[in-house]
Amino acid sequence: MTAALLATRNLDVRFGERWLVRALDLEICAGERWALVGPNGAGKTTLLHTLAGVRAGDGGSIELAGRDLRSWSVEQLAGLRALVADRWFDPFATPVLGTVLAARYRLRAGASRSARGALVGEEALARKCLAEMDCEALAQRDVRQLSRGERQRVALAAGLAQEAPLMLLDEPISHQDPRHQIQVLQRLAGRANRTYLAALHDINAAARFATHALLLAGDGSWYAGTSQRALTRERLSALFGTEITQLEVDSHRVFVSTGGISP
Amino acid sequence: MRLQPLRAAGALPILVAGALVSLLAALRFGSVEVDTGALLGAMLELVRGANDSSLAGTVLALRLPRALTGMAVGGLLALSGALLQALLRNPLADPYVLGVSGGASCAAMLAIALGAGAVGIALFAAGGACSALVLLFVLAHRTLLGHEAPLEPGRDSAVLLTGVMIASLCAAGLSLALSLAPDGRLRTMVFWLLGDLSAAVHLGLAAPALLAWALLLALGLRDAAALNLLLGGEMQAYTQGVATARLRRRLIALTAVATGAAVALAGAIGFVGFVAPHLVRYFVGSDQRVVLPAASLLGAVLVVLADTIGRCLAAPLQLPVGALTALVGVPVFLWQLQRA
Repeated sequence: MTAALLATRNLDVRFGERWLVRALDLEICAGERWALVGPNGAGKTTLLHTLAGVRAGDGGSIELAGRDLRSWSVEQLAGLRALVADRWFDPFATPVLGTVLAARYRLRAGASRSARGALVGEEALARKCLAEMDCEALAQRDVRQLSRGERQRVALAAGLAQEAPLMLLDEPISHQDPRHQIQVLQRLAGRANRTYLAALHDINAAARFATHALLLAGDGSWYAGTSQRALTRERLSALFGTEITQLEVDSHRVFVSTGGISP
Repeated sequence: MRLQPLRAAGALPILVAGALVSLLAALRFGSVEVDTGALLGAMLELVRGANDSSLAGTVLALRLPRALTGMAVGGLLALSGALLQALLRNPLADPYVLGVSGGASCAAMLAIALGAGAVGIALFAAGGACSALVLLFVLAHRTLLGHEAPLEPGRDSAVLLTGVMIASLCAAGLSLALSLAPDGRLRTMVFWLLGDLSAAVHLGLAAPALLAWALLLALGLRDAAALNLLLGGEMQAYTQGVATARLRRRLIALTAVATGAAVALAGAIGFVGFVAPHLVRYFVGSDQRVVLPAASLLGAVLVVLADTIGRCLAAPLQLPVGALTALVGVPVFLWQLQRA
């Protein structure tokens, strides 16, 4: 049995007075793709930030790559996990390629003054990540002039360029058109040795992308399991408080909301 | 907007040349005009250490310290402005607008009232700048204190408004001091309000000022790559491997020392720290590894030219350099505010 890449023991996450997650025991192993599913305000983003080490948990412990999360340095953490948020700050004009190259900061930090050859290698890698997210043509554009969908794919490309084995994604396809929704998730899933935990609102996308799912109800309760076991009609209907029907289309599970709102 | 590495790399030699030309202009022009040949001769004499009593030599002895001090002051202010704009992720940030210069001025006046010498005044100025900056970050950003985990960036308009309020508070303190001061002291006190280089007549002060500029710029450059990441938000920078809280504290201290030194040398000269980084970003993009040195050099050029113009416009009267930089800076600031 492989050791878990990310594991939580008894993890509590609170937002102000509200308990978002109580006593979470989660084990994410290398190569697994986890979907993080739950209603608005259930704490998906807060949990992602906690697991990324950006904010402290409110009880319990988090282990990343076999060691307590807090025992890693900021630089080491950057080599272990990447976080792609769904908000971006672009105060000044910056070329797309520059923002992707900047994500390589940790990898450059140790190196001596880069030789020209190394610089070309860096740029080729950045362009490859951009191409993977279907935005190679944007390389020289100003990030502030991109559409939200384009900006999101550039952020994902920067996340890939960080070359961390674990990627925490916050709503990675929230601004994507149908083609790019599938394309982004397929290309991420197609990468070898990458492990994902992605907050996803689209249950159907989650069902196609994920091997596992973590359901957050927002009242502290949670369910973690394989995609087959977690993403079912019963669980999803209860989770979102509305009747959800499961269909089978081309051997894909498809969920359709068919009910009204239960009181 | 395209990535232009050549243009970015070419900017620095052009700016160094610009600095030399502005220095020459500052030495040549004024109430008395000296031709370049005589100036160069006098400079050779100065380097040799000979006592030169010619007209060119006298003019050089008066104008060289002032021009060099102006360069250092402009360089320090523009460096502060560029760092503040990146730290606050706000293109409108500037040590004068945000009250950092005001804090330094107030503290410097206090030092004068306490009868401190030049070193004491400089230390007080740096302390005042530091206090104003810490106040700004605590009130508006709430991210200065302690822990490594970064919070989400605050509301940027709140940062600016808080800074403007701190600047107003400092201005009120200065006005009070002005109205209470004896008439004989008024002229020197106005100096702290407006910014003026007429007191910079000592080469012994200009040399350490230039040295401080070079040192602080070098320190800033060490963090320029990390600063590039900080532009994308505290959280993103942190997850990409930047110890953001430490970086922020280090750069705040650097900015405070740079602003304090500039104010101690020449009073509160406004808008150089705002205009120089703007012009630089317009031409070379926002890579801080280029922006910091280029903005700093441009700031040096701007102050030296503004001071030279101030000396020429109403010669033999000398206009304070701060009034001239504000005349240029305020319209640029308003124009930028419209675009933001």
